[in-house]
Amino acid sequence: MNRPAEIVAPPGRSLWSDAWRVLRRNRAAMTALLLLATMTLLVIVGPWLSAFSFDATDWDRISEPPSLASGHWFGTDALGRDLFVRTLYGGRISLLVGAVATAVSLLIGISYGAIAGYVGGRVDQVMMRIVDILYALPFMFLVILLMVLFGRNIVLIFFAIGAINWLDMARIVRGQAMSLRSKEYVEAARAGGVRTGRIIFRHIVPNLLGVVIVYATLTVPQVILVESFLSFLGLGVQEPMTSWGALVNEGAQELENAPWMLLFPATWLALTLFCFNFVGDGLRDALDPRDRQG
Amino acid sequence: MRLFWVWALILALAACGPADQSATSPAPGADNILRIGNGAEPQTLDPHRAEGVPESNILRDLFEGLVGEAPDGSLVPGAAQSWTVSDDGLIYTFILRPDARWSNGEAVTAGDFEFGLRRSVDPATLSRYSSILFPILNAEAVINGELPTTELGVRALDDNTLRIELNSPTAYLPGLLTHSTTYPVHRASVAAAGERFARPGSLVGNGAYQLSEWTVQSHVRLDRNPYYRDAANTQIDTVYYYAIENPDAELKRYRADELDITGALPYQQLDWVRENLGEELVISPYLGSYYFGFNLTRPPFKDARALRTALAMAIDREILTQRVAGAGEIAAYGWVPPVAGYTGQQPEWANWTQAERNARAQALYAEAGYSATNPLRVEVLYNTNENHKRMSVAIASMWKQVLGVETSLLNQEWKVFLETRNQKSDTQVFRAGWIADYNDAYSFAQLMHSKNEQNDSGYVSAEYDALLDKAAVEQDPTVRAGYLEAAERELLADLPIMPVYFYVSKHLVKPRVQGFVPNIMDHHATRHLSLNGD
Amino acid sequence: MAAPQNQPVLRFAVQRLLGAIPTLLVLIALAFFLIRLAPGGPFDSEKQLPPEIETKLRAAYNLDDPLPMQLGRYLLNIAQGDFGPSFQYRDFTVSELIATGFPVSLRLGSLAMAIALLLGITAGTLAALRQNRPADYTIMGAAMTGISIPNFVLAPLLVLVFAVWLGWLPAGGLGDGSLRYLVLPVIALALPQVAYIARLTRGSMIEVLRSPFIRTARAQGLATHTIILRHALKPALLPVVSYLGPALAAIITGSVVVEQIFGVPGLGRFFVQGALNRDYTLVMGVVVFYGSLIIALNFIVDLVYGWLDPRLRQV
Repeated sequence: MNRPAEIVAPPGRSLWSDAWRVLRRNRAAMTALLLLATMTLLVIVGPWLSAFSFDATDWDRISEPPSLASGHWFGTDALGRDLFVRTLYGGRISLLVGAVATAVSLLIGISYGAIAGYVGGRVDQVMMRIVDILYALPFMFLVILLMVLFGRNIVLIFFAIGAINWLDMARIVRGQAMSLRSKEYVEAARAGGVRTGRIIFRHIVPNLLGVVIVYATLTVPQVILVESFLSFLGLGVQEPMTSWGALVNEGAQELENAPWMLLFPATWLALTLFCFNFVGDGLRDALDPRDRQG
Repeated sequence: MRLFWVWALILALAACGPADQSATSPAPGADNILRIGNGAEPQTLDPHRAEGVPESNILRDLFEGLVGEAPDGSLVPGAAQSWTVSDDGLIYTFILRPDARWSNGEAVTAGDFEFGLRRSVDPATLSRYSSILFPILNAEAVINGELPTTELGVRALDDNTLRIELNSPTAYLPGLLTHSTTYPVHRASVAAAGERFARPGSLVGNGAYQLSEWTVQSHVRLDRNPYYRDAANTQIDTVYYYAIENPDAELKRYRADELDITGALPYQQLDWVRENLGEELVISPYLGSYYFGFNLTRPPFKDARALRTALAMAIDREILTQRVAGAGEIAAYGWVPPVAGYTGQQPEWANWTQAERNARAQALYAEAGYSATNPLRVEVLYNTNENHKRMSVAIASMWKQVLGVETSLLNQEWKVFLETRNQKSDTQVFRAGWIADYNDAYSFAQLMHSKNEQNDSGYVSAEYDALLDKAAVEQDPTVRAGYLEAAERELLADLPIMPVYFYVSKHLVKPRVQGFVPNIMDHHATRHLSLNGD
Repeated sequence: MAAPQNQPVLRFAVQRLLGAIPTLLVLIALAFFLIRLAPGGPFDSEKQLPPEIETKLRAAYNLDDPLPMQLGRYLLNIAQGDFGPSFQYRDFTVSELIATGFPVSLRLGSLAMAIALLLGITAGTLAALRQNRPADYTIMGAAMTGISIPNFVLAPLLVLVFAVWLGWLPAGGLGDGSLRYLVLPVIALALPQVAYIARLTRGSMIEVLRSPFIRTARAQGLATHTIILRHALKPALLPVVSYLGPALAAIITGSVVVEQIFGVPGLGRFFVQGALNRDYTLVMGVVVFYGSLIIALNFIVDLVYGWLDPRLRQV
């Protein structure tokens, strides 16, 4: 039990329970986490709180401002549909896109980048050449083509966005892995005869978490924004389904005459991104190995 | 220190713009410069290869056809000062104006028109719109490569006389001759500059303006042609056509006084525009029909007239035109919009109340075998566009409310949409619109002919085809109109399509612009306009 | 720490240059087949073409040859610098279109990037120094606002306020190319990037500030600004530099929204219009150009990375 591996994570003190302890002390992060959980819950159950369905049009209530009396708490859109319900429905899609695509990109990106960065040499060269090739393929072009080819299947698009986004992750992880490679404890592990795979996933990957999490919190909003960009081009989710991106895009076109159409979805969108930010920062502090040495 | 260098870099970048940015933009409200929002970037300014509205707007200033248009859209002599028609209606003889000049000062001759029309139908020109010239003798054979271009029924008898022979009497020929495919081109400059002659420096036109600048995705600048036959009466010196595809951005540029005339208006902001810029809003009927088609080649719409009628009746066109489209579009129960010398047809239920229509629609729906427990499930296809989206959502919602139809919506980007629609294999209900090329009912009627490539419903009716074929060779305008009206009645009984509304054109026009007359073709040549010095 | 040596850097450069050729080939082939895989063709339009014309058109653009032959011809042509005629903008060649669009994109993009770097790094560093204090929250809150407002909301908002309401700046176009036409598009392009860079800088700066050598420097009583500028900034910029290559390429070409809303004739619009119109040659031309650009940028980024982290040079 005196292999160098345990210098970083000694037995009996789990990385995650430690992290949780630190995180609980961070008020901003905890508030954000709570808010995020509340919003997610609302997005899931909220539509049942309203008397309206997300696709029911009401020709007598077109573009009405928010009102408690009418029951349209967020007002209505240009077809008289209730914006409260639509905002929550849009949230379902946006959060789903964010979660699925980020998960895909993290999974691929971390494994790929860590292996390339740690193994180095020829393997690294070949792996990075592949990344270069993919990088040089215009991302938007790919997404547009994919939307054209698989236009009917939104799930495929989540994966497509994720599968493209992993490139940044891979590069960042690789860069960090290369500098970690020459760290004393890794060199010690190598000298101690620990297998490469084990070094990568026990020593390199956990030590990358700081960077990975900062990056992941950037990826979720980024992915949600990519979806909204697709909505801007008209390639997003199919009506009458909607997403925050689609709602914000519609709202942006009625800035002056129906500001609530922008205000509510945009607030939800921004609030979600803010929360991801604070939770991410909190996690970063909590997961930083150097803090646990004390 | 480092910050200093970054700032130095920024300043350097800002200062040294690309050298070719010498192009100057007019100051807001500058005298005698007209600035027009013109929609998409023109694909080409070669009159024989152009096909879209943005191109034709610019070409109308650069060239002049044999026949011209007055500000109100009525036909007037253009490059030809007069013409005569033979008794059988097959031969038109045009007398050209002796004072017509190209923008380089050379005389415009009948030979230039002969050359232009031959070039237009020459398959080597790769014109995508030349089929519009089929009425001219041998045009179809020449376009299909079966005859040389010299066999086209167009002859320059002398420098001032041009003769055009037709396959059959074609009442709308003068209207057709305002179209850019019939414009003359300057032979020497085409020969010298080759395929890409339509650029500043090499384009020589016979219109009121000449091309002086073209920055792709930004603007085209035209300056007055001093040699134009009517240059003395041309008021505006310079006109800019800006390529602005986003109507919201266009409206903002108009409000910031960077445009004098807009090409489009964002539907979402119509109410705002009415309230705040009402005086500058110009809306007028436009020769186009907006509709949804049914795919008749497969279930559920194959041999299902009752179902199609039910769906067509169940939509409330008053709501669709007034609250969803909202620019003053005209609720359409028939296919052909109001055109000269033609009486538009309507089914009898056009005069019912919506409640009566709904009741009848429900009965027909049940008759077709559908019910609340066995609802019709249908997919509506539209091309990606804010207006089509709203229209499709609204129609789906009405079908659900009145009949209980379960509709799913599918939007595809334009190229995919065109292919899907044309293949007729996946579509059920599809969005469509048709803008006339010339002011004649036949421009609409021919679309539903069983042989027409764009008959995307797959509508086949022997009666309809027979009536159209008779109309095509009929010389008497009243009898001809009668055939076309009967054909439309036939169409409306079968309902392969569901008419929704007739288009209107929508522009914002600054008060300083004079002479902007709304017309059904939405053509506004710059030479008819002038600017008020403020 | 090895002293900087010219030899390996030069060898590295030559290697990368040679390596770029197969990268480009793969890229071209991939793009070539992908665009042809997409449904719809370049000649589809609302008005159907007579069959004879369609045949002629296809022949004129060599679309009837077997695909490998088309690809071969294309490669041969671009080796001679000929990207072919545009299918959509028929009076121009693809080379001409790129030549008009790129300078505009480059100018906008590099201005936006320079501003984003300056503001982002400054903001990120300040936030890191005041970690978890009000200044940090304020800066990062502002940064997050920058990230969470999509371009297509920000751009019209800027136009509305500064062009329509206040009338200070033009609402669109490039006009005479003077600076006032660039202000709003550059801000709209730079703002989200400021936010990203600030986030990245803050994250890595916090880590660097905790490292032993900074603690030592602090213990020696060096002034904070000296520590930051002399010691901390260089290592803290590693993630930012990693991000820079793709960010710059994306900002130069991917500013479709900004270009569309401001009516700026840049490369990004050609690219999207090309893809939507199935303008095969234009899409291919932009892809090849873009690909070469990214390869070059990544190469520069790697050089900078090596300069910031000297250990890499031993590889």
